[in-house]
Amino acid sequence: MNSPMETTSPGLWALAWRRLRTDRIAMVALAVVALFLLTLLLSATGIVARNWDAEIGVNYAPPTFMGAQSAEERGVQGMHAAEEAVPDNPRDPLADVIRKLRAERGAGAATDAAPVEYYGVVDPLAREIAEIRAELAKGSAATAVERRATLPLGADKWGHDIIQKTIKGSETSIVVGLTAALLATLLGTLFGALAGYYGKWVDDFFNWFYSVFTSVPYLLLILAVAAVLQQKGVLTIVLILGLTGWTGVFRLIRAEYIKHKGREYVMAADAIGASDLRKMFIHIFPNISHVPLVQMSILTVAFIKSEVILSFLGFGVPVGMASWGSMLNEAQNELILGKWWQLAAASAAMAVLVTAFSLFTDALRDALDPKLK
Amino acid sequence: MTAYILRRLWQMLPTMLGVVVLVFLLFNWVGGDPAYILAGKMSNPEQIANIRKQLGIDESYWVQMWIFIKQIVTADFGASWSTGETISNVLTTRLGPSLTVLIPLTILETLLAIGLALGVAYVRGSLTDRMVMIACTVGMSISILVYIIVFQYWLAYKLGLFPVQGWGDSFAENLFHYALLPILIALAVGIAPSLRLFRTFFLDEINQDYVRTGRAKGLSEPRILWVHVLRNAAIPIVTHVMANLPSLLIGAFLIERFFSIPGIGREVILAVERSDFPVIKAITVYVAAATMLFNLLADLMYKAIDPRVQLK
Repeated sequence: MNSPMETTSPGLWALAWRRLRTDRIAMVALAVVALFLLTLLLSATGIVARNWDAEIGVNYAPPTFMGAQSAEERGVQGMHAAEEAVPDNPRDPLADVIRKLRAERGAGAATDAAPVEYYGVVDPLAREIAEIRAELAKGSAATAVERRATLPLGADKWGHDIIQKTIKGSETSIVVGLTAALLATLLGTLFGALAGYYGKWVDDFFNWFYSVFTSVPYLLLILAVAAVLQQKGVLTIVLILGLTGWTGVFRLIRAEYIKHKGREYVMAADAIGASDLRKMFIHIFPNISHVPLVQMSILTVAFIKSEVILSFLGFGVPVGMASWGSMLNEAQNELILGKWWQLAAASAAMAVLVTAFSLFTDALRDALDPKLK
Repeated sequence: MTAYILRRLWQMLPTMLGVVVLVFLLFNWVGGDPAYILAGKMSNPEQIANIRKQLGIDESYWVQMWIFIKQIVTADFGASWSTGETISNVLTTRLGPSLTVLIPLTILETLLAIGLALGVAYVRGSLTDRMVMIACTVGMSISILVYIIVFQYWLAYKLGLFPVQGWGDSFAENLFHYALLPILIALAVGIAPSLRLFRTFFLDEINQDYVRTGRAKGLSEPRILWVHVLRNAAIPIVTHVMANLPSLLIGAFLIERFFSIPGIGREVILAVERSDFPVIKAITVYVAAATMLFNLLADLMYKAIDPRVQLK
């Protein structure tokens, strides 16, 4: 950015960076976001959290500061201990049903397959799962791993280390958020550029397209697309979010192109015979590039939140993949058993990143567009 | 006025048609052959052919499209694929519980957000203002899921202050017993973004000349804020509240799911889980229509709030 000549004035980006640097909150937020991105990079390349799904702790191993717990305390000593950990709630509408089911089962008394039950719903696959578990246990016994009684931030149901799982989950959630935001911004910019630059029927067409997409509430649109695309996967969820989320970018970019297409520099480009595409993306785009950048930042936060909800509901990342949403899904059942650490880890990681990202986005917008403030 | 409303309704037609085409393409073209979903894993070719005939999807796309439009206009989508309940029945019975939660929620949230935002905008730049804004940003960063999981566990399950979940038959019981905690949680989640937004609306007004004039002629501060500033900031607030109403209907789906409230939102999730396409199609189309009508209603309300607005 440093020019040898004193006469050149600093460009938009240099000015924005200068403004941003004086904003202490923005710099802290940027550092936090950078830290998350660095962790993401390390985990994506397999340097950290590669073996996040290794069962290194005992089931539901508590965080180190709480000290080790016996199997009964952890509620994993077969069915009955887990059941005791769920006290009857006086106002629980299902209490009667649960009591009845328990009584019936007590009479049957042949349920040593130890299915994990919540609210008395019997898992039909419990026996198979128990067999698979037993087999797996044989396998892991052969490799003779000493399972640890406590882990720094505890372990989940299978004994996965929560720290590594959170790192892996962050990777999934952030990658999905960033890629989907990139896709949505690209689409919105392309549509907005075409509509704003060409005007007339092209503009009418894209405006119609825009009003169609905005008249369906966003979450409903996402769920409808999720219902149609049956296969789960990271690509599917990126497509769902990206294809539905371009409308806000479109509106702003279109307005910018309408404003810029009549400016003198565009007419000058026209006079030297620049093609439409050249004028749109070589001449105009650099002048408005701060708009998609800020929008992408806003969308990333929104998409991370959406991904968490979709994965929580089971429409997001496939089973066996960690994401903040799937962690929260597991944590919901764990909380009833008093295992709060996975919930705490996933929520804290998400809250810290989203707060930092939002604060940085606000600062970025103010720095790039000082008139707006 | 009547001419304006008619023209606006006329202008909605192409958009509505677009929504219909979008939903049609999504479910009849991208979604693949629904006969395979309906027939399940065990199916033979005759069954498939039979189901295809029943659904009318052995016809050309144009005929199918026409069937879909007829279904929308007559509000007769047939029966749900998974429960056999008629779709019109699904929609009408699920609307009540949703509104029982949503109407009190919207009123409380709007009033609270207006009151708080006006207070914060009045002391803008002060420590209070900054603390409230930071609290809002942090509050908005925590997933709505965490609020629901923690509050449901702590307030209902542990302390027993509220029912954990459920829904009754009488309106009063639902509103004052079952809907209390859902409303409280949705309020805690929704107030932060509204507060932030309304604060910017008030900040736009609070430095205007008429505020100075009001002070100069000796109006009390509450009067300036609650009568003059509020009246002028009302237009963007009304737009925001009205535009959000239909999406609130869907947006409350997590709350409805966690608390087993038999509303529209929970129905959408169930339908997605069961690949119950007719239910999703019907809800999408009608909610889109409702969104457009609410936008029109918002425009008409501008005129009532601000006589300077010209409806063109």
